[in-house]
Amino acid sequence: MISVTFVNRDGDSMKVKAKVGDTFLDAAINNDVDLEGFGACEGTLSCSTCHIIFKKEDFDKLPDKPSDEEMDMLDLAYGLCDTSRLGCQITLTESMDGIVVTVPAQVADARNR
Amino acid sequence: MLIFVFFLHITIRILLTVAQLCIVGSGPAGFYTAQHLLKNCPTLEIDMIEKLPVPFGLVRYGVAPDHPDVKNVINTFTAIAKSGRLQFVGNVTVGKDVTLNDLRNAYDVVVLAYGAAQDRWLGISGENLCNVVSARKFVGWYNGLPEESHLKFDLDAETVVIIGQGNVALDIARILLTPIDMLKKTDIAQHALEALSQSKIKNVKIVGRRGPLQVAFTIKELREMIKLPGNSYRIHLENPEYIDACLPKTSRPRKRLTELMLQSSSMKRSEEDSSKQWELIFHRTPIKIVGDSNANKVNGLVVGINHLTGDDWENPQVEDTGLRETIPCGMILKSIGYKSLPLSDELPFDHAKGIIRQTEGRVEGMQGVFCSGWVASGPVGVIASTMQSGHDVGKRIIEDLKNGIVGTGTRKPGRDAILSQLEARNVEPVTFVEWEALDNEERERGKYQKKPREKIVDVREMIDIAKKGQS
Ligand SMILES: Cc1cc2nc3c(=O)[nH]c(=O)nc-3n(C[C@H](O)[C@H](O)[C@H](O)COP(=O)(O)OP(=O)(O)OC[C@H]3O[C@@H](n4cnc5c(N)ncnc54)[C@H](O)[C@@H]3O)c2cc1C
Ligand code: FES
Repeated sequence: MISVTFVNRDGDSMKVKAKVGDTFLDAAINNDVDLEGFGACEGTLSCSTCHIIFKKEDFDKLPDKPSDEEMDMLDLAYGLCDTSRLGCQITLTESMDGIVVTVPAQVADARNR
Repeated sequence: MLIFVFFLHITIRILLTVAQLCIVGSGPAGFYTAQHLLKNCPTLEIDMIEKLPVPFGLVRYGVAPDHPDVKNVINTFTAIAKSGRLQFVGNVTVGKDVTLNDLRNAYDVVVLAYGAAQDRWLGISGENLCNVVSARKFVGWYNGLPEESHLKFDLDAETVVIIGQGNVALDIARILLTPIDMLKKTDIAQHALEALSQSKIKNVKIVGRRGPLQVAFTIKELREMIKLPGNSYRIHLENPEYIDACLPKTSRPRKRLTELMLQSSSMKRSEEDSSKQWELIFHRTPIKIVGDSNANKVNGLVVGINHLTGDDWENPQVEDTGLRETIPCGMILKSIGYKSLPLSDELPFDHAKGIIRQTEGRVEGMQGVFCSGWVASGPVGVIASTMQSGHDVGKRIIEDLKNGIVGTGTRKPGRDAILSQLEARNVEPVTFVEWEALDNEERERGKYQKKPREKIVDVREMIDIAKKGQS
């Protein structure tokens, strides 16, 4: 087990225990992390509501680069930035223990494009 | 001070407990508004009134059958409906079976989340010819929407023109061009599957008024088209150098989308198995639809060729060059957007945009009436953006309840008043448990066809099955 902290849209931190091998989405769901609407498509790369933002140094260490399909879905996410990823696509590893990720203030806003 | 806070807290609880609340529409906007309200007001109960005997709006009747994962949101909606605090009242049309006024008399808060289910018209001649169809109707037809399921199209034509370049246009193109063996495994309506299996359509031209930098579809949908088995494609980029020059100014999503078009337009796909083709054609304004006068059938679209001017690449001026051309085709699908209609005369409505007049989801000049989703924003954005709209409106409602702006008058009668009116008018509401009986039957019927479900398309039959499952 490792610990993962989600910082929600209001800036509150929620630290949870999570299994190595699970995704960030699993960690949020299994611990009932209060993130309204998070993971709407249940991890099938069809929604972008599991958008999380990493610190630059953590982002650079992520084992896999995003696939084209993840990038496509991320493009619809609100508050997209250079260190954004989709939480359902990233598997937790031992070395991520103590990691902090931010859930952007709004889930998505495709209306503005 | 503490005592004061305590009493304030109690008053808020009481207020939120007795407030009577209903939502009109059971699509994503309705359910996500409910989600926020139920989560943040632990004692509140909600009634959800839906026109059809079945819930979920465009998740069931809009989202393409080959996108089953998008429909996973139904699991969350079902959990909300089964929380014991939301009462689904299906088969009741607001504006016909009950009026907005009836609802305002019965409830403290009415949330209008009834979507955008009307067609826009091009306003050109020939729109009434046979085989000129709106995207909304066509989508309703292949998704088994009761009111469109009887439609008959002539799919004998080799070439189809789709007017419009949004995601719905690409959905339709994909459904027309996907190998039938792949469609068979989806929940596409059986009548559509049968018609499409006889289809002679080989070439789908997706025509837009503006250029590649202004398309409304998103990259995921374009990538699906590019990878579509059995198809080749052509993306007619008339001025790649100009596009290249604009690219640095664009946002990441627009840039990636445009780069994919640039790459794909120069790439030749191996054409060994491609008996079908789709094309993206830009800078063409529909001028008129021409037909064969004997058969009353379309045989071409006359377009004006335009070019874009102005410095703002996002919103360029569209200038007519005066040049005309005719694109021969045997079917035209108009995918130029959906709009809403007011469900009551007194509802403040922006007819040009086809949306309710509102600020932050509060309907102008109608205390206690809110709106969310497509009826408020217009038909743009994916389910995730509709979710945002629903949650935001939920927040506004809680604020207004807490601040005593709504829900402070005399106690409202709530659901019972509406149910007795419906009974008097011989309307048969369908409950969520009854919908689940229908849902089971659809899944059972699907098993025979090796599909996830076979949708029942006749409203009478739907109601009968729903009610029978209960007795
Ligand atoms: C063809 C198509 C494909 C799409 N595909 C995708 C996709 O793949 N992914 C994605 O994220 N988004 C997709 N979308 C967008 C998504 O469907 C919308 O964002 C969302 O459904 C809008 O939700 P809504 O609740 O505002 O409206 P709706 O989903 O339309 O819900 C409105 C509900 O109100 C009911 N209603 C209407 N009038 C009345 C009345 N008078 N009384 C009572 N009830 C009434 C309707 O029957 C309906 O159930 C698609 C949209 C379309 C049109
Ligand atoms: S949960 Fe939908 S994309 Fe990750």
